[in-house]
Formats: sequence, structure tokens, C-alpha cells
Amino acid sequence: MRDVAIIGIGHTKFGRASNTLLELFSEAALQAIDDAGVDLKDIGAIFQGAALPGFEEGQVTPPGFSAAELNLSPIPATRYEGACASASIAIREAAMWVASGEYDVVLAGGVEKALSMGTLYATRTFAMACHAPTEGPVGLTFPGVFAMAARQYSKNYGISIDKLREKMAHVSIKNHRHGALNPLAQFYNKLGDLKVEDVINSRLVADPLTLLDCCPFSDGAAAIVLCSAEEARKYTDDPVYILGTGQGSGGPLSKMEDLTKPVSRISSARMAFKRAGLVPSDIEVLELHDCFTIAELIALESMGFFGWGEAADATVEGLTDLGGKIPVNMSGGLIGKGHPIGATGASQVYWLVKQMRGEAPKGIQINPVPEYGMTDTLGGDLGTLCHIILGRTKK
Amino acid sequence: MEKKYMVLTFAEYEEGLRNGKLLGLRCGSCKKITCHPMPVCQWCGGRSLERMELSGEGELTTFTVIRVPAEGFEDDAPYIPCLVKTREGPCVIGRLDYDAEQATQELIGKRVRMNGSYTYKGDKYSGGAHTCPVFEVAE
Repeated sequence: MRDVAIIGIGHTKFGRASNTLLELFSEAALQAIDDAGVDLKDIGAIFQGAALPGFEEGQVTPPGFSAAELNLSPIPATRYEGACASASIAIREAAMWVASGEYDVVLAGGVEKALSMGTLYATRTFAMACHAPTEGPVGLTFPGVFAMAARQYSKNYGISIDKLREKMAHVSIKNHRHGALNPLAQFYNKLGDLKVEDVINSRLVADPLTLLDCCPFSDGAAAIVLCSAEEARKYTDDPVYILGTGQGSGGPLSKMEDLTKPVSRISSARMAFKRAGLVPSDIEVLELHDCFTIAELIALESMGFFGWGEAADATVEGLTDLGGKIPVNMSGGLIGKGHPIGATGASQVYWLVKQMRGEAPKGIQINPVPEYGMTDTLGGDLGTLCHIILGRTKK
Repeated sequence: MEKKYMVLTFAEYEEGLRNGKLLGLRCGSCKKITCHPMPVCQWCGGRSLERMELSGEGELTTFTVIRVPAEGFEDDAPYIPCLVKTREGPCVIGRLDYDAEQATQELIGKRVRMNGSYTYKGDKYSGGAHTCPVFEVAE
């Protein structure tokens, strides 16, 4: 298997978009192609994440039409669907196909128009990523899933709900502070100076999670161009290498031993670390799936960055912020930057590459430029997990 | 004879719920109980399964109060999804029959028992109506 590099990146403004899904994806794709300096005709295949295009625009099988919009027909173009992890599994597959030698240069990314659906309908369609037979009739929502996890976290570690809500608020404060500095974020120049009281006093969505514990619904797209590592320097002086990936599957919530210790995430992260030959202490920047404040804490512990029950206090102490042990979601994460679900994994990779090139916006660039970074993306109620480890040098 | 792959179908499980019964499967290999039904044992993957009925009793492991519902559940809110670890071993998801305004963390760990079921009429995406168990606090 060949080593694989990222040579180009693209990212639309997240928020509300008037463009079509296909236009959003094309915009990110063309940015990535221009950034890589490749010709359109060099692209051998398209790997596209999209979770709910059928419900957003009545558009099933968008990748074929994306290929057509870019005048790339008839190259293979495939949709990857892993709910909110769709783009991450698309990128993982793209890297595998380049590594195999089947393609030399490919386009991977994702797109979503969730904000355009409105809250009621979007909440319904997102809940389709729950286990429909058992969780459907209950009326479970995604905030509901993580609210149940938060209550279990509180019980497991003997932290009162009121105390936990204060601790969780620090995740929202940090990620909104970062997002407010990111011009492509949904909340750019907004909510950058939240207080604990703002978060815990905002509207209850699913007890104990409030609106400011939740990421928003978003429209947007992100894309990257990948090629074999040996060819990368032909195109760019700053290739970023895919050092390892992992993927894991979960199941219905009722079959999980503990919602705060998802086996799907633990297994996927370990697979990525093993492939990369790295351990958590090697990683210098994380873009992880903070769909809710509690989700960031669970992710940090499941990936091995903190012990069980330790991520809440670590966050309050600033260990996950700039200058801390491991800066997390410098882009703003899902909470501050927005969460166009099928695009999120590609957005996470985009912002890691920006960090590793030293091109992140003022105030959120890590200094010195990080050598190793990692993404964590969660689809469904812990049903599809994917991790991607990037590095500035080959293994 | 044609091999039977689904010893207890989901439709039969839901019908059981509507009749006040929590049905499951006992594994011939590890003797543990699977509920809701699956084609293989949820613990060991064993394929020698026979039908059984659970007591419907268990312990509440977590819950939430949904304030912002999905489309189709507007009239239900606020309502309480919960996870219950049954006396027989497997966890099941259902609703808690309890005053949403009084639902606090102290509920976790309480003994509960199934006292009925809830049938969601379904929407154009749900493939018809579906049923979940409803639990009440038993202490």
C-alpha cells in the first residue's frame, strides 16, 4: 500500500446557503483543486459524503451529478453515508483507493443543507440516524441521546447535574470563542464572549442540555484533493500526510454497556493510532465531534487523551485550549463553526491542514505549527465512528 | 424444512408490547437473554434461540426530558425517553410514565416496571406505526 497525501483543500462559508447542494460541493471542490494546482482532468474519482440530500433537496445520488457539474463524467463518483461521519468515511475510503494504486489523484469531501430544512423537520431527519425500530417510537432526538449520556456521566463520576452543566458550559464557551475568530464559521464574530450563565440559562432542549450546549443546523461543503505521497511534492511544498485511519460501528443505544464509553469510538481511535504508530501524547491538535458539549468530554476520554471522568475538569482548567495539553477544536468545532453533517469530517481535515500549514486565522493558529493532528467524527447515536491522523512528515 | 432465521420478529415483539408483555429470546449457548429481539444472541452471537417473556422489571439507568421534539412528536412534548436495565440482563429503551417537571437525577437507579406501551402512529418515513415499552417507577 502507498502512502497518501493531502495536497489541496476547500471549504465554503458555513451557515445558511442559497446555493444548491451541488453548487456548494462544486465550490469546495474547485477551491481544493485550485489549491492543489491539479487539473480537473487529473481527478480519477470522487468520494462524496452526504447524509440527507434526499430530504433536503429531493436529491438522491448527488455524486454523479457533482461529477457532471465539474465536467468529470464518466469517472466513478460514490456517495458515502455515515450520518454526521459521512465525509470522514469518504476520505478514509479515498485514501484507501489511492493507497491501493487504483487512482493517483482523487477528490473527497462532503456537503449538507441542514439549516435550510428548519428545526422541526431537521430534527426529524437527524433522528433517522437513531435505531428506527426501538428509538423511533420513543421520539428520541439527537440532543436527547447526549442528554441521556450526560446524566450517565453525572451518575458515573458523582458530579451533580448542576455542577456538570457548569463544567460542560466551558466546552461551549471555548468552541464559540474559537468559532467567533473563524471567518468561515457560522458564528463568526458572534457568541465569542459567552459566560457560564449564558450557556446554562439558555433554552432547555433535552434536559440537561440547553441550546448553547448544542451545535447548530448548518449548510455547507468542504473538500480535499488526495494523491500518492511520492507525487505530492510535484504539486505542493506543504503536503500533509494521512498517517492512519480508523473506523468503528455501534448499534442501538440499548445494546451499549455505557453511553459515556462507546466501544465504537474506542475501537476506531485505537485502530487509527495503531496504523499511525502514534499515541495520544504525540497529537498536538484535535478537531473532534462536539455535536454537544458532553460529546466533547466523552470523545476526549474515549480516544485516550484523558482518563475516564477527567475531561470535564481538564476543560475547565483550560487543558483543551490554546497553550494547554491538547488544543481541541481551534476552528470552533461543530458548536462554533457549524455542522453541515455530511461535510463535517472534511471540514475537520481542512482545519487540521490549515493548522499544519500555519494558515489558521489570527488568534486560533497553534504556535509552533503542529506536527501531528487528529480528527474524530461521530455519525448517528455512536453508530459510525471515524478517526483520521495527519502528519507533516511521512511515517 | 425451511430454516427459520427470525425466532421472534420485531412485529411480534411490538405486538407483545401492545399486549403488556416484554418478549425476548433465551440463548441455548450462553443462556443469556436478548431483548429487543435480534437474529443472533446479543451477548455471544449464538444462533440457538428460543422465545421467552421477561418480567418487565428493571432499573432505570438514564433518561432525559425532551423539550424540543422531532416533527410528529409536537403534541407529546415534554416526554421522557429512558433506558432500563431489565432484571433478566438486557437493556431496553422506552418511555417513562412520570411528571416531566418532577423528573430529576434521583430517578436514576430506581426500580421500574413496564406498565404499558406507547404506539407512535408513524409518519411517511417510519414504515407504519411502531411501539415501545412504557415504564413506571416501582418504589
